[in-house]
Amino acid sequence: MLEKKHYKLNVNGEAVDVLAEPRELLIYTLRESLNITGPHIGCETSHCGACTVTIDGKSVKSCTMFVAQADGKEITTIEGLGNPDGLHPLQEAFKEHHGLQCGYCTPGMITRATKLLEEIPNPTEEEIRFGMAGNICRCTGYQNIVKSIQAAAAEMSAAKEAAE
Amino acid sequence: MKDEVESREDRVANLKGMGCSRKRVEDARFTQGKGNYVDDIKLDGMLFGDFVRSPYAHATLKNIDISAAMKVPGVLAVLTAKDLEPLGLHWMPTLAGDKQMVLADGKVLFQGQEVAFVVATDRFAAADGIEAVVVDYEEQPVLVDPFKAMQSEIVLRPDTVGEDGKPVAGAHGPRKHHNHIFTWEAGDKEPTEEVISNAAVVAEEFMYYHRTHPCPLETCGCVASMDKVNGKLTLWGTFQAPHAIRTVVSLISGIEEHNIRVISPDIGGGFGNKVGAYPGYVCSVVASIVTGKPVKWIEDRMDNLMTTAFARDYWMKGRISATKDGKITGLHCHVTADHGGFDACADPTKFPAGFMNICTGSYDIPTAYLEVDGVYTNKAPGGVSYRCSFRVTEAVYFIERMIEVLAIELNMDAAKLREINFIKKEQFPYKAALGWEYDSGDYHTAWAKAMEAVDYDGLRAEQAQRVEDFKAGKTRKLLGVGLTHFTEIVGAGPVKNCDILGLGMFDSCEIRIHPTGSAIARLGTISQGQGHATTFAQILASEIGLPADSITIEEGDTDTAPYGLGTYGSRSTPVAGAATAMAGRKIRAKAQMIAAYLLEVHDDDVEFDVDRFAVKGAPEKFKTMKEIAFAAYNQAIPGIEPGLEAVSYYDPPNMTYPFGAYVCVMEIDVDTGVQEIRQFYALDDCGTRINPMIIEGQIHGGLTEALAVALGQEIAYDEQGNVKTATLMDFFLPTSWEVPNYQTDHTVTPSPHHPIGAKGVGESPHVGGVPCFSNAVHDAFRPFGLRQSHMPHDHWRIWKIANDLGLHD
Repeated sequence: MLEKKHYKLNVNGEAVDVLAEPRELLIYTLRESLNITGPHIGCETSHCGACTVTIDGKSVKSCTMFVAQADGKEITTIEGLGNPDGLHPLQEAFKEHHGLQCGYCTPGMITRATKLLEEIPNPTEEEIRFGMAGNICRCTGYQNIVKSIQAAAAEMSAAKEAAE
Repeated sequence: MKDEVESREDRVANLKGMGCSRKRVEDARFTQGKGNYVDDIKLDGMLFGDFVRSPYAHATLKNIDISAAMKVPGVLAVLTAKDLEPLGLHWMPTLAGDKQMVLADGKVLFQGQEVAFVVATDRFAAADGIEAVVVDYEEQPVLVDPFKAMQSEIVLRPDTVGEDGKPVAGAHGPRKHHNHIFTWEAGDKEPTEEVISNAAVVAEEFMYYHRTHPCPLETCGCVASMDKVNGKLTLWGTFQAPHAIRTVVSLISGIEEHNIRVISPDIGGGFGNKVGAYPGYVCSVVASIVTGKPVKWIEDRMDNLMTTAFARDYWMKGRISATKDGKITGLHCHVTADHGGFDACADPTKFPAGFMNICTGSYDIPTAYLEVDGVYTNKAPGGVSYRCSFRVTEAVYFIERMIEVLAIELNMDAAKLREINFIKKEQFPYKAALGWEYDSGDYHTAWAKAMEAVDYDGLRAEQAQRVEDFKAGKTRKLLGVGLTHFTEIVGAGPVKNCDILGLGMFDSCEIRIHPTGSAIARLGTISQGQGHATTFAQILASEIGLPADSITIEEGDTDTAPYGLGTYGSRSTPVAGAATAMAGRKIRAKAQMIAAYLLEVHDDDVEFDVDRFAVKGAPEKFKTMKEIAFAAYNQAIPGIEPGLEAVSYYDPPNMTYPFGAYVCVMEIDVDTGVQEIRQFYALDDCGTRINPMIIEGQIHGGLTEALAVALGQEIAYDEQGNVKTATLMDFFLPTSWEVPNYQTDHTVTPSPHHPIGAKGVGESPHVGGVPCFSNAVHDAFRPFGLRQSHMPHDHWRIWKIANDLGLHD
């Protein structure tokens, strides 16, 4: 056991101070200390992406990052993307197009997709399949996930155009 | 009046009943990160337990020293077999009639076996404790090959040998050898031998259906909380069969069943991995009793792949005979089944090889014989049904490969050979040679539709041209056309021949209608992503005439749900779905009496119409189900009890037999072994369709799991019994990049014995998909003489096929 230290994180827009062993993996800090249980643990080796969060604008698998490495960073999880009164277009699209089944990969999948659509606002199917390849789903076979992301991209582009 | 302007069509649509693609009610919480999975559960003072696991596949245990571990900060207890023995919990029964060590008792039989359970304040402290436990092993020779195990003098399980040194009988009869578990037979041996030996054409083949793993994204886990004040044990866990788990826990712990509450919260995929009972559950319960605190156990991915519930590992030897013009006359199948160190299959008791005897497939085969020998080896225990009904994937793979090799033997087109031998529509109900009675089917129609949809003749012409071009040096890519027509057997099952640990495999539904016309229904099943809360409400909406949106479906809590055997083997819709419809009909029967009373007519003079009972011949006189619900709670009706509730326990009269026709078109690069799926067409017939959107989703998912198994996924061992594929680096789970778009289609042949005609669908695509992908690989190389190559067909193995055929020369 290592000596616990204080770390300052900004999670979903809220400044938090956590006391943790430096070796603690970020996913556990989020889930156990901060009760942010949207991101899940599927492999702890960076393969499955169930733990995907956004850190300082980049998609990160929080199962293979120490909390010490996240000190001072801005973190967004599925909980920070939308709420019951205003869902993110991706959250709506996944519901609409049956982009999920057991739901275990979904928080990581949607969180990753938000970044993909920032990187490439109108991706081709190939770009979606490549850009989402770090997130594994065991239930859907991805076809409806691709469809959901395409639909959200169209929706977001239309909204952007309408605003301009 | 509103009802007068509302058309019947609108009223049907408002219900969101059977047949519509109702959006899932589960998705609001899942898309917002508000699911409640077992690892999300947090209780005051909760501890974490984790295992010391054996690094050896076979060793005797000389000593376990826990003294250093007990000094590790945060570690509260370390349990070993010695601690469990006084409670009689160091071994536990498996679902297959065998017993399994909970913690290593004198020896270990597979790598990763549970040796000690460290209980600590959190998982990091538990990991530190595990490091500090010192175990003294003495390595023993390892048996990873079931054929060698059957010849070896090494006794893997001392309990298989009597005092006279001879093998003692096991749960399923006499043993042929001390490492032999059981022999299971179906069909007629002598007549089959006779037919085959006198046949004009016989094809023989030997195929290995490799060991793999269901690998749901969420691993197995539980939280046990023993409340010593009230004497109540609550156990949350990733259980596909919560009631069966409650009964098992009661039987082995001695805690009375009413004092145990088992709860399956949201489950992150199951695929068969979460049916059985695992040492982690037992140790968590004991640790909670010992410490007086809740104890959580969650597998990591390596634990999951190495220890809980592998699937397949069947060595299948077949002979199939036919007339010169391709009419099949007989089928012989022998299986050597590698069960690992303990027989922990999750099959109905009387079926130690599951429903392997569906291996005559979709074909009218008059004579057949099947023999399965189960064998112990130094591998992990299991043998679960990975996204299939019990061993049905193995059976369908076997017959669909045998058809292909017979086609080669006959020099005949494999599609044509299937057509010649399909069971005809008018033969249903069809009594198969290995014992089953198929309920319904129309294979020729499905097959013709599939052949037309893919332009089969066109594909064959293209393939022939491709072979010419390849031989002429114009291309290095081959084209494979994979075919499969599968028949599943799901919905276990009739209590007369299906039980698990003596528990009949019926299922149940209990419905309560609330006064204002909404309802709650509880079932003995548990969704792991199938969307039960959505689809069962649709069945009920159609049956009782209240909108699906007004019906809550609840599963997984044994304190509230009626007893049922859970969700696996595509049994939820065939069994619990039937119970739901039957309970709904009981509601409707009482509602009819209430309606007749309110309308002041005789019971027989009202009829059900979508969402109401109306007077026959006078549809303007009616009472809606909503009005009837309220009347049930506020009217004193002579001879009728207040309230509107029903419960149904449904014992299915037969299994259901979904079927389908699949075609896979695959491009194979001969020089790299890389394959690309150009087209995948999947026609499924699951009988009555409850929610087409969800069916399609199930097909996509099942096909992807099939792609994984056929093209790369395996649990591989080296000669020392080391697991070579224990992380997601080595164990293939396809990503969006490797997976094609699928083309789905359907026919509808309802089950004649199911109340709504539904057959179940979740597993069909996996069962049919694996042989279809595999046949595509084989088909690409058929023109060059390939007959059989074992799965998984990863890039290296495909390259090797090409190399062995001299295509790189």
